Amino acid sequence: MRRFRGILWVLVAIAAAGAAFLAFGPRFAPANAGEAIYAKPFSLVNQDGAPVTQADFLGKPSAFFYGFTHCPDVCPTALAEMSAILEALGPDADKLQVVFVSVDPERDTPEIMKDYVEYFDPRIAGLTGDLAQVATMAKDRYIFFGKVPMEGGDYQMEHQASIQLVTADGRFFGTLAAEEGFDIRLAKVRRLIGEG
Amino acid sequence: MKLFVTIALIGILTTGSGFAHDFTQGSIYLDHPMIEEAPPNAPVLGGYLSIQNTGDTDDRLVAIESSAAEKVEIHRSTVTDGIARMQPMTEGLVIPAGETVWLDNGMHAMFVQPAERYRAGDEVPATLVFEKAGRIDVTFKMEERSTGAGASHEGHGQ
Repeated sequence: MRRFRGILWVLVAIAAAGAAFLAFGPRFAPANAGEAIYAKPFSLVNQDGAPVTQADFLGKPSAFFYGFTHCPDVCPTALAEMSAILEALGPDADKLQVVFVSVDPERDTPEIMKDYVEYFDPRIAGLTGDLAQVATMAKDRYIFFGKVPMEGGDYQMEHQASIQLVTADGRFFGTLAAEEGFDIRLAKVRRLIGEG
Repeated sequence: MKLFVTIALIGILTTGSGFAHDFTQGSIYLDHPMIEEAPPNAPVLGGYLSIQNTGDTDDRLVAIESSAAEKVEIHRSTVTDGIARMQPMTEGLVIPAGETVWLDNGMHAMFVQPAERYRAGDEVPATLVFEKAGRIDVTFKMEERSTGAGASHEGHGQ
């Protein structure tokens, strides 16, 4: 329990850092002046159980979403929206990688991730791994997530709801927010593909 | 007399829940219970409906039961400052007199560990338990998930 609290405090710190970044980073800094946070090392597995690192997702613009499968609305809605964006992009969908990273790797095995992402779009990559590895990745990329214990030993995850857009060289490009309309999200993704 | 009963029955069957997909008991009127389709192995399903209290005293939705899932929880989910959070409504959900409460944006019935793979078109039975109106049997209809691409679903998932 003590260790768990410790982890929670670390996540709170990550949240604060993430909030600071989101508040002061992307809005005022031009995209090309940003730090290549997605070039920072990570080590996870994809939905086929194959090891993946940051290198696998550089070289092409990408959209990263952090969520979990025990999530009835925010996560499936975000993935359904990304699948609609891939569809709307048509052939240009090849120029974008969509990545769903589980913030609940204890429950989200590669098998579960595979069925889950394939339902929305087989082009979406689903990453999972050790909790520590996911926590490192999230911290490096200013993503907040935390475990919330519930009655009966169950738990929920709270997590960053927005999607991070990333340039081909790993720089933060902007976010897609849940409250934005489809056309706005699509326009942002088109701009990422064009410029990033 | 027999003819009258038959006509009355036809009247009930053609104007009742079979068409409008709504359910009434006492002062509680439940409209369009639905569940959004989810991936084959999704451990949870989100259920939605509107609950109208036509009476002059408040009522409270205290539980949702269903044989189609391990358990059903009532949740409020929020996105605040970009963080998605979900809280179980352990005190139940008050339906004020004369008002309608939507389990839609922000609130949902979470079906935990569904008994089988449900697809759009399937019907999922459940019972809503109210403090005053008592137990009301309903059917949640499985519907295809909205993608946010169409204007008709603007605002979903906020």
